[in-house]
Amino acid sequence: MSVAITARDLARRFGAKWAVAGIDLDVPRAQIYGFLGPNGSGKSTTIRMLCGLLVPTRGTVTVLGHPAPKESEVVRRKLGYMTQRFSLWEDLTVRENLEFMCRVYGLGRAAIRERIADRMRRYDLEGIAAQRAGTLSGGQRQRLALGAATLHDPELLLLDEPTNAVDPQSRRDFWESLFELVGRGTTILVSTHYMDEAERCHRLAILDAGRVAAEGEPKDLARDIDAVVVEIGEIDFAAARRSLAGVGAVRSIAQLGNRLRVLLPHGTAEPARLIRAALADGNPGARVELVGASLEDVFVAATRLRGEAARPERAA
Amino acid sequence: MKWLERLAAVAAKEVRQLARDRITIGLIVGIPAIQLLLYGYAINFDVRGVQTVVLDQARSSLSRRLVGDLGVTQVLGGIRQARTDAELHELMRQGDANIAIVIPADVERRIAQGDRAALQILVDGSQPVLENVAAGLASLPFLRRPGRPAAARPVEIMVAYNPERRTAVQIVPALCGVILTMTMMVFTSTAIVRERERGNLELLITTPVSTAELMAGKLLPYVGIGLIQTTLILALGYWLFGVAIQGSLIELYLGALLFIAASLSMGLLISTVAQTQFQAIQMSLVMVLPSILMSGFMFPFEGMPKAAQWIAQVLPLTHFNEIIRGIVLRGASLADMRFELGKLSVILILMLTFAMARFRKRLD
Repeated sequence: MSVAITARDLARRFGAKWAVAGIDLDVPRAQIYGFLGPNGSGKSTTIRMLCGLLVPTRGTVTVLGHPAPKESEVVRRKLGYMTQRFSLWEDLTVRENLEFMCRVYGLGRAAIRERIADRMRRYDLEGIAAQRAGTLSGGQRQRLALGAATLHDPELLLLDEPTNAVDPQSRRDFWESLFELVGRGTTILVSTHYMDEAERCHRLAILDAGRVAAEGEPKDLARDIDAVVVEIGEIDFAAARRSLAGVGAVRSIAQLGNRLRVLLPHGTAEPARLIRAALADGNPGARVELVGASLEDVFVAATRLRGEAARPERAA
Repeated sequence: MKWLERLAAVAAKEVRQLARDRITIGLIVGIPAIQLLLYGYAINFDVRGVQTVVLDQARSSLSRRLVGDLGVTQVLGGIRQARTDAELHELMRQGDANIAIVIPADVERRIAQGDRAALQILVDGSQPVLENVAAGLASLPFLRRPGRPAAARPVEIMVAYNPERRTAVQIVPALCGVILTMTMMVFTSTAIVRERERGNLELLITTPVSTAELMAGKLLPYVGIGLIQTTLILALGYWLFGVAIQGSLIELYLGALLFIAASLSMGLLISTVAQTQFQAIQMSLVMVLPSILMSGFMFPFEGMPKAAQWIAQVLPLTHFNEIIRGIVLRGASLADMRFELGKLSVILILMLTFAMARFRKRLD
């Protein structure tokens, strides 16, 4: 399996704060690799170090075979970058933005015509070609940004929270476009804080406080979760929360509809019985069962359980 | 030629964005026109109608004639009489009078003996030009030649000041430099900061555009704008104030081109330091004000302290003032102005080097 990005002990400090505190990455080619993490977990900083916008405080990065930031200029020709904030020119039209990006990437006249026509068709921009980018909707902006980032047929696409403020249908379409790009051999690294998007990635790194808290394929992560998930139904929620708050082993409680989902440390002896005993006072008739973990459980377990074992976790 | 294509792309984008920014387009034409009209008509070293208060303690026929003669000069306007010394000072303090003339009770004896000052002239020191007025008044012949007070001709004061037309002739060429300094520095200083503020820079610097291509592409449109403004100022100066160009027009444009480039590079340097457009404009003002005050535009260059003259060497306007005054007024050639051209070139090269060195295709 060929590798697009390798990072070893990659770290970046801003003042006294380590935004990225030493992470290892191996991003395989022609796959979608996801960064899942809360705000401030180091996703953007990592991506910016990958495209040479920030110099690492420590560690090494190799992108498409070139060390960053030393050979970032070379890499930039093979790389497409979609910034978190819309960064095309709002006072230029859709077509003018695409034209400018083509010229900046040094495409010839014929290539420019052909590429722009193709991206307009592919990302449904034909109807808004003459519209200024500042007047576009969230979904339209995002399609334009993706079209602009792929004009020079990059080998690697770095997408920093591309689906922020985009409606669900546009998000679905966007992900279809990403899979189509991967089908043609593009490597995609995408950061997100949506679980459903993380689930669609080939591989996933869960970032927390500048570290990789978990890494792997989404379904493996769910299978190998370092926690036990217990679901409780048919209860009085307020009473149940009070009862469970006293149980030291409970790491997280989340309500899903008319059920409570409780995370306990891996290796807890007879977790269902423990919970049932705790609920005996207020909810003697509660239905308690062990269930398989979801990606959200993995996320919670990876980002909240580590180092917080002593502190009882409140519901999200 | 890929670099040229990228440079052209940046320049074309800049022009397109400028063309859509109606207010800025208005400013490009409006600033020179308004400033020229304002300064051309308002800045006038030919002082007239200075508010005056007279305290006549003599109350003799001579003192009344003196007051009458002062009124005829037109330099002093709205002459008021004060009854007491306190009233005189009160009027001065309130700014109702800028010059006070005290005629002592024994004025006739003083003039006759000539041993003590016959008149006392008080000047509002907060307005510098007025001191010259006072000096002019003090040298009025009738004060020294008591026997022939009728010879006191108001014309003699006028000699101390430029005739009205000469003021405009001095102002127009110098104003060309001042206006270019203001617009060029403000426009370029915000050019890169604007991209940073709007978030475009993060995308732009991940493309193959090099620092030099980006900067040159950003500057080129403004060079064109600077030349348009130069033309506008010179044309208005000719039509409205009759300021003709004595030297070669082409040489004038070449000199202006170098000055525009130097001002732009200074703006560009500001652009690499400032984080927001607001900061950029503040920093430009820090350069613009000394340019107006210290370049010889407002006050004679030789009249400034040596240290100030040295500082003024850093300002492109100081050298351009010499060049444009030389070419427009004295009919000098560029060869005559080679030292000034040399200094402008040094400023240009230094500023560009600093700006390029400071700008990194990075965010940190």
